[in-house]
Amino acid sequence: MADELDDIVLSELDDDELTLQMHDDLYDGLKEEIVEAVNILLERKWQPYDVLTKALVEGMRIVGIDFRDGILFVPEVLLAANAMKAGMAILKPLLIESGAPRVGTMVIGTVKGDIHDIGKNLVSMMMEGAGFEVINLGINNSVENYLEAIATEKPDILGMSALLTTTMPYMKVVIDALKAKGIRDDYIVMVGGAPLNEEFARAIGADAYCRDAAVAVETATEFMNRKHNLLAAGG
Amino acid sequence: MRLDDDSLTETGLAAPNLSTTGAADVSARVLLIACGALAREILALTRLNGWSHLDLVCLPAKLHNVPQKIPEAVRAKVRAGRARGYASVYVVYADCGTGGLLDKVCAEEGVERIEGPHCYSFFTGNEAFAERTEAGEITAFYLTDFLARQFDTLIWKGMGFDRHPELLEMMFGNYEKIVYLAQTDDPALEAKARAGAKRLGLAFEMRKTGYGDLAGFLAGAAET
Repeated sequence: MADELDDIVLSELDDDELTLQMHDDLYDGLKEEIVEAVNILLERKWQPYDVLTKALVEGMRIVGIDFRDGILFVPEVLLAANAMKAGMAILKPLLIESGAPRVGTMVIGTVKGDIHDIGKNLVSMMMEGAGFEVINLGINNSVENYLEAIATEKPDILGMSALLTTTMPYMKVVIDALKAKGIRDDYIVMVGGAPLNEEFARAIGADAYCRDAAVAVETATEFMNRKHNLLAAGG
Repeated sequence: MRLDDDSLTETGLAAPNLSTTGAADVSARVLLIACGALAREILALTRLNGWSHLDLVCLPAKLHNVPQKIPEAVRAKVRAGRARGYASVYVVYADCGTGGLLDKVCAEEGVERIEGPHCYSFFTGNEAFAERTEAGEITAFYLTDFLARQFDTLIWKGMGFDRHPELLEMMFGNYEKIVYLAQTDDPALEAKARAGAKRLGLAFEMRKTGYGDLAGFLAGAAET
């Protein structure tokens, strides 16, 4: 593999070949190659949004599928995400500058008592990649943190993550606090984390359980489309 | 019985061949289905207490890193045990990150499992562990005797740090200390656990837990 890579000069590939190569490089978690390729496409006058969606997001979509199917594991996905992050660092200021479409806003955080943030950070990155503005609250978030963030940021979506069986019930505490304030239906509440499942999400009153980052992006996009359709219909 | 940690991690432990052990009536025996990481402790307790009617079968300890696979793997072992004629079957797995799915399988198959969110908890004692968590111990990464012995295989290599040290910060950046929950008094294991903490760049603490709630659970199983 290393020999093959040594033979490939990214700048000599045409656009289609380079895009496919980027999918492979993301899959292999090759950060430097991704940075180089992003810069090449930008030099070729690609729109930042196209670089993001056609090269990076599509590459991560493939990674997400193989993670779901048990072909890739967390370390490989993290390396891929790290490579994507490096590409995103170049694109983000350009996307803001070019006024790329903003799909929606999400506030996301790991719940109180839980310090695990790998999945949450993957979701955060993939959501940004898909055109969402993401406010990442980090780990160990109390009800107050969530409430403060949604009051300030007025997001479309609230995302909560937990890795521990002992901390996942805290998601219900947050949802109940939203209900008590009469603002539960103002937000789409999405939850995720290894020990969760659909049944749990339903039981605590969340709108959706997202098994992985790719599903989170699909679900969030679908909810936003429905919201826009409702607004367009005056609903 | 000679136990090999690498086999317990990779393949688990096969059920005993009752035709060679001289056990007469399988239906009068008790089958324990456990994680490979608990094999030594379970066998030590059964030896110590003379529970010769308890038979042990283990799933690979590496399922620890892919807990979504645990419930159906347990179900398959329960059914295989029943097919061999065991009337009493117990599951020596905590929830282990299955989010209640293992409990669902246990209920469907009519078997009981040891209480607790994970083995760190029942080795500590579920109540005591919950109190510690409640008191704010959330940045500790726990090792047991087995995990100390298998640190290299399950953690260092298992999480890819040998190949990609940059993953260390991403996966362990929020942890502050390793808490080694010692089932036995073994200075060599303590040294291994301490070395593991150093490799992860974390502080180290050792707690001698012994077998915690595991002993009581097995005693209950032995009485059936």
